[in-house]
Amino acid sequence: MFSTPRAVNEMTAPLLSVRDLCVSFDTRKGLVEAVRGVSFDLGREKLGIVGESGSGKSQAGRALLRLTPPPGRVSAKVLNFDGIDLLSAPDRQLRDLRGGRISMVMQDPKYSLNPVMTVGRQITEAYRAHARASRAEAKTRALEMLDAVRIREPERVYRAYPHEVSGGMGQRIMIAMMLITGPDLLIADEPTSALDVTVQLQVLAILDDLVTQRGMGLIFISHDLNLVASFCDRILVMYGGRVMEEIAASELHQAQHPYTRGLLNCLPQIDARHAALPVLTRDPAWLL
Amino acid sequence: MTDIPNASSSVLKTWLTSDIPQTHLQASCGRAYGAWLAFAANRLALLGLIIVGVLVAVAVFAPLVATSSPIFPDLQHRLLPPGADYWFGTDELGRDIYSRIVYGARLTLYVVVLVAIIAAPVGLLVGTSAGYFGGWVDRVLMRLTDIFLAFPRLILALAFVAALGPGIENAVFAIAITSWPPYARIARAETLSIRRTDYIAAIRLQGASSGRIIWGHVVPLCTSSIIVRVTLDMAGIILTAAGLGFLGLGAQPPLPEWGAMISSGRKFLLDQWWLATIPGIAIFVVSLGFNLLGDGLRDVLDPKSGE
Amino acid sequence: MTSGSHNAAAGRTGWTRRRLPRPIGVVLGAVVTLGLTFLGLLTVTFFIGRVVPIDPVLAAVGDHASATAYERARVELGLNLPLWQQFLVYVKNAAVGDFGESVLTANPVFEDIKRVFPATLELATLGTILGVLFGIPMGVIAAVHKGRWPDQLVRVFGLLGYSVPVFWLGLIGLLLFYAKLDWVAGPGRLDIAYDYIVDPVTGMLLIDSLIAGEMEVFANACSHIALPAIILGYFSLAYISRMTRSFMLEQLGQEYITTARVKGLSETRVIWGHALGNVMVPLVTVIALSYASLLEGSVLTEIVFAWPGLGQYITNSLLQADMNAVLGGTVVVGTVFISLNLLSDLLYRLLDPRAK
Repeated sequence: MFSTPRAVNEMTAPLLSVRDLCVSFDTRKGLVEAVRGVSFDLGREKLGIVGESGSGKSQAGRALLRLTPPPGRVSAKVLNFDGIDLLSAPDRQLRDLRGGRISMVMQDPKYSLNPVMTVGRQITEAYRAHARASRAEAKTRALEMLDAVRIREPERVYRAYPHEVSGGMGQRIMIAMMLITGPDLLIADEPTSALDVTVQLQVLAILDDLVTQRGMGLIFISHDLNLVASFCDRILVMYGGRVMEEIAASELHQAQHPYTRGLLNCLPQIDARHAALPVLTRDPAWLL
Repeated sequence: MTDIPNASSSVLKTWLTSDIPQTHLQASCGRAYGAWLAFAANRLALLGLIIVGVLVAVAVFAPLVATSSPIFPDLQHRLLPPGADYWFGTDELGRDIYSRIVYGARLTLYVVVLVAIIAAPVGLLVGTSAGYFGGWVDRVLMRLTDIFLAFPRLILALAFVAALGPGIENAVFAIAITSWPPYARIARAETLSIRRTDYIAAIRLQGASSGRIIWGHVVPLCTSSIIVRVTLDMAGIILTAAGLGFLGLGAQPPLPEWGAMISSGRKFLLDQWWLATIPGIAIFVVSLGFNLLGDGLRDVLDPKSGE
Repeated sequence: MTSGSHNAAAGRTGWTRRRLPRPIGVVLGAVVTLGLTFLGLLTVTFFIGRVVPIDPVLAAVGDHASATAYERARVELGLNLPLWQQFLVYVKNAAVGDFGESVLTANPVFEDIKRVFPATLELATLGTILGVLFGIPMGVIAAVHKGRWPDQLVRVFGLLGYSVPVFWLGLIGLLLFYAKLDWVAGPGRLDIAYDYIVDPVTGMLLIDSLIAGEMEVFANACSHIALPAIILGYFSLAYISRMTRSFMLEQLGQEYITTARVKGLSETRVIWGHALGNVMVPLVTVIALSYASLLEGSVLTEIVFAWPGLGQYITNSLLQADMNAVLGGTVVVGTVFISLNLLSDLLYRLLDPRAK
């Protein structure tokens, strides 16, 4: 269905390198550890991070951009993007990276777009934050991007407010806004979870095209195992803040870890031979 | 938890914090205890509670707390500065200002309590009726509420007192009739949120009258929001009453109303500053107390609307 | 938000169903509400003026009126008519601004009010400007540094403003800054020496003296208005900063703020560009309400500062039992108050792009 994945061999050094990433929150009720030692490498490929609610996948994504909300604390042995140590980089450099080289698409455009600013203004703002461009140039670029995400009347959308467009269009606007600066890495945090099923596929196709065309790295965070399997090259299965298994999408059905197997088994399949869908049994040992 | 636990207090605490209450009483007490803990964690709220507590205590025990009569003049000791004999000094008629402040607390409390007793039930009644019955009842009542809500409180109180004549009861009445609209709004909002629930429908099917439903089920739900709002409003009521007193429209002399004291102390402001300054401080402290208490209550009882 | 039906229709075209913008309908609705509320206000003042006093004629003409004046007033008031007819006459008169005559000045009340109102307007406007200028930044800073000392400071500062009686603060201010320190001028709008130099164009001394080019008068007027305006400004600031903080906190927790940060915008841009932009819509409402409350609060301030405005007019009339003047003043203040309340509602609906 989607374009064939690129081989992970071009670069000797990965685009993103993470070792032992930990995110913890100091709440009144005690220390909450959302992410407990996540490690992976990412080249110019599509990596899917799958997990249920509370598995820490979203927090891991935000930590990569150093956007963990207070009172959260991030620590890692290695958190390296293209040679830049994200942990020790000064604020100025982080701001240049955000939006410029690493971007994020969030879940619900109803909430993730500024309601009192026009769509066009928000997109051009993203562009002008990272490139010296006049208003007219920025507008041209924005209209080009809106076209690239297959929006049919880019001029009209440019002048519209976020509440005047549908969910699917809003998400495409979000993608346009986040890709206009030509980043190397895109983190997509549940980008299709708020959309209707038919619209989901359209948005995913656009995302796939753009990412492949530009040779970007993509981290796709989702709770939908099937979706991730069909879309990504590699999959990280998270539970309780840890990575349970790392596996190539094509080899998903040969997954070893009982949690992954459990997840696979509870997905209904039209040609399966169960009398009843098996329920995932959680081993408390996985939380240790 | 502590080193040497007192046997009876730790038994009580265990009973209060139990996760599985055995009786209705235990559950209610447990909830109240939890609320108290959350409230007491806020130092400022605790301060507010203490201030209000002191106000009530001083008002109730005024004859015991005051050192001399608040109304009998003593012309030999006029305009004395604060000192050992007269803690806050004396006024132009030689009366001890400290004692006047103490007895003035009674007047302040009187106004505040009366206004609350009049305005809150009226607001509750209007709001719950509007919310429960809906339709034209709702529209009429809410229109009425909006009209009263748009009136300037002090000005209208002035006009009422102008017509009725000065006096503390008239001042209370004038303030009360402009204070009820916010409570009506709150009550209506709460009522609307539970009007369509299943358990209300169930009781209605069992034959409960509207009155019983409103009184027994809707009103208790509104209570905590109303209490918070009343407490927060009290500071404003005290200030309005003091303003009326300042204009000579509240309690009449020789009653030691704090606002009136400021007004009569105005003539002596330059040299005998304590006549006008100290009653103002009293008003300020009491208002502050109610504001802190109200803020604290709101954080505990209605956290989503707070900061 | 009904997402289901929206998406179904939107799936085809990508657009949500747009309601036709009808600002005219919104304004009309506001006018109707204004009319009804005004009528309610008149009902209350009518009640106070005719029904409450034992002898409404006496209340209107005062103790010292002659028998003929009394009789004339009695006929004019139409007390022989049934109450509801009296009310209609009253409303008709009020609509054209006829509030009867003042006992004290023997002028039509409306003329008196026209003369004194600008002074109050000047004070309330300056107070609100101060409140907005300082209150909004303070609220933003408090929200951004929530829980830390700037926040505590702003909150306490505002809390004090909620708790202190305005007239007392005025007295203390006069004692300190006028009597002891001589930093500002005393009560009144101008030193007597400067009276009548400037022609009243708008009625507001600060503007009129600038128009006339009389800089000395301007300086003196500033010196006089400084203290009362600062005090009223403080009250306005307390309210505005509290509401700004509350709105900002609400906005800062929204997803679009994260988006702005993801785009790599500076924190300054995120707060003052994105968050504040969303805060301004409900904040405009707050500012209108604050202005209204300052108009009301100026009543007591004017007493303390001998400010010849509407507040002083009403209270003086009150103390002289001049009911026509009191009620006329009440209706005027009440009307402005109501209008500002409604205006704030209207502004909210007109400014929020989602509400169109």
